Amino acid sequence: MSDDKDFVAGFDSNARKAPVRVAFVTRRTSPQVKVADEDQVMTHPGVFLRVAVAVELLTIALVTLALAWDAPLEGLADPMHTPNPAKAPWYFLGLQELLHYFPPVLAGVLIPTLVVLALIVIPYFNINIQAESLWARDGAKRLRIVVVVAVALSVFLAFFDVWVALVPTVIIAVVMFLAARSSSQSASAMRRWLYSKPLSFWIMTWFLAEAAVLTAVGTFFRGPGWSWVWPWRS
Amino acid sequence: MARSLTTYLDDLRDSRVWRSIFRSGPGQSNLHRALVVQSNVFLHLFSVKARKRVLDFSVTWYLGALTFGAFLILVITGVLLMLYYHPSVPLAYSDMKDLEFVVSSGVFLRNLHRWSAHAMVLLVFAHLAKVFYRGAYRPPREFNWVIGVVLLLLTLFLSYTGYLLPWDQLAFWAVTVGSNIASAVPLLGHHIRFLMLGGNLVNANALLRFYVLHCMILPLAAILFIAIHFWRIRKDGGLYAGAPTTTAEKEAER
Ligand code: HEM
Repeated sequence: MSDDKDFVAGFDSNARKAPVRVAFVTRRTSPQVKVADEDQVMTHPGVFLRVAVAVELLTIALVTLALAWDAPLEGLADPMHTPNPAKAPWYFLGLQELLHYFPPVLAGVLIPTLVVLALIVIPYFNINIQAESLWARDGAKRLRIVVVVAVALSVFLAFFDVWVALVPTVIIAVVMFLAARSSSQSASAMRRWLYSKPLSFWIMTWFLAEAAVLTAVGTFFRGPGWSWVWPWRS
Repeated sequence: MARSLTTYLDDLRDSRVWRSIFRSGPGQSNLHRALVVQSNVFLHLFSVKARKRVLDFSVTWYLGALTFGAFLILVITGVLLMLYYHPSVPLAYSDMKDLEFVVSSGVFLRNLHRWSAHAMVLLVFAHLAKVFYRGAYRPPREFNWVIGVVLLLLTLFLSYTGYLLPWDQLAFWAVTVGSNIASAVPLLGHHIRFLMLGGNLVNANALLRFYVLHCMILPLAAILFIAIHFWRIRKDGGLYAGAPTTTAEKEAER
């Protein structure tokens, strides 16, 4: 360390004798550089082993399922004989349920396209990145907007007779109202938690709830002619 | 026992042949462990170290890893099923019957493939939700989120194209319902459906197209995007370990 040559980089410095390292730490350096003092494990074997155990458990579960329960197989495909109802695979039944209410262009094309686009753009909006409480600023005004949107959405759903989709909408709206009436000083931890949630949380939760309800209705509650049936009565 | 299993394994790892294949020899040092990852074309998608905190079950619930696990099971059982399957009408259906009555463990193979497919769709949705709720889509990971959306769509298309292959009533009408949705696209709808089915109705051409998509094009695309997805985790600085707390971290996450 005494030889000051070690710290000089110039045209005449000999890289073989006195290697000089220059590191440019830019503002956008990967976080791993910044928090290097955190506890780390070697990927091999630390991570690989854990993943192997997780995958092993999944395999055991699926093999058990495959031994216990046979995949369905119906008669040979017959274009002349339409089953009633004809259902898509379960993960498209939410979509098929929407087709029951809305014109095909809206339910089959516009809504799925918008959902995919909405998913893609999530990380590109600063509001989703900062993720501060929806009520942190202008709480009263924002609550008014939320109420207006919730009422408009409910009227829209009622107009098209989509009563099943109205249920999650109303529940989420009520919970949002509760959240707006809470604060970071609320006595109950639940209300503090609700208060802290950003807009993206509410939209995603509403979307997932709708997707789950519509899929469940399409799967279990629809019979001949897409009429309502109770699964336990068939 | 004079020599334990480990020493035999070490001898094996030290052999010329092993070294020629895997490029890393025996040893327990961290350098050696790093080399195992770094000098392997598949493993070097991953970083050599990981923050300990992100390995806690509560962080990811290992949902991404499990999705990948389901995908692996599907590839293995899928290749085995291909050995017994003809993508033609009505052979496709009689092949299902053969799996049931002729092929040893045929039913088990088909069951495992089917239930793993359902599991993968469920897991990929759960993984998406988990990543969303812990805010792991934030920069610099935003593009890996987008790649995730591509993987979600690929998973759905893989499952949907596979649904037709047994050529039973369930398959035929489910795909008919799905392809009718495609024809609702304004102006281009009927062209899209024609392209998808190779005709105006679900028929033998559609079966062949779905087979090629299901067994070739979509799996290759999935493998490619999964590789990019994993590599981006390394490039984006490892898994997201929670909201930044210190100013330095906030700077880094910007
Ligand atoms: C075939 C489908 C997929 C596979 C095999 C897969 C696999 C993985 C794995 C193994 C991880 C490591 C952490 C974990 O286990 O959760 C991960 C992380 C991640 N995944 Fe996926 N994934 C898939 C689909 C998706 C989807 C649909 C999304 C979202 C739209 C997504 C977004 C992300 C993001 C943003 C990360 C980084 C999280 C972080 O940095 O903490 N992935 N993925």
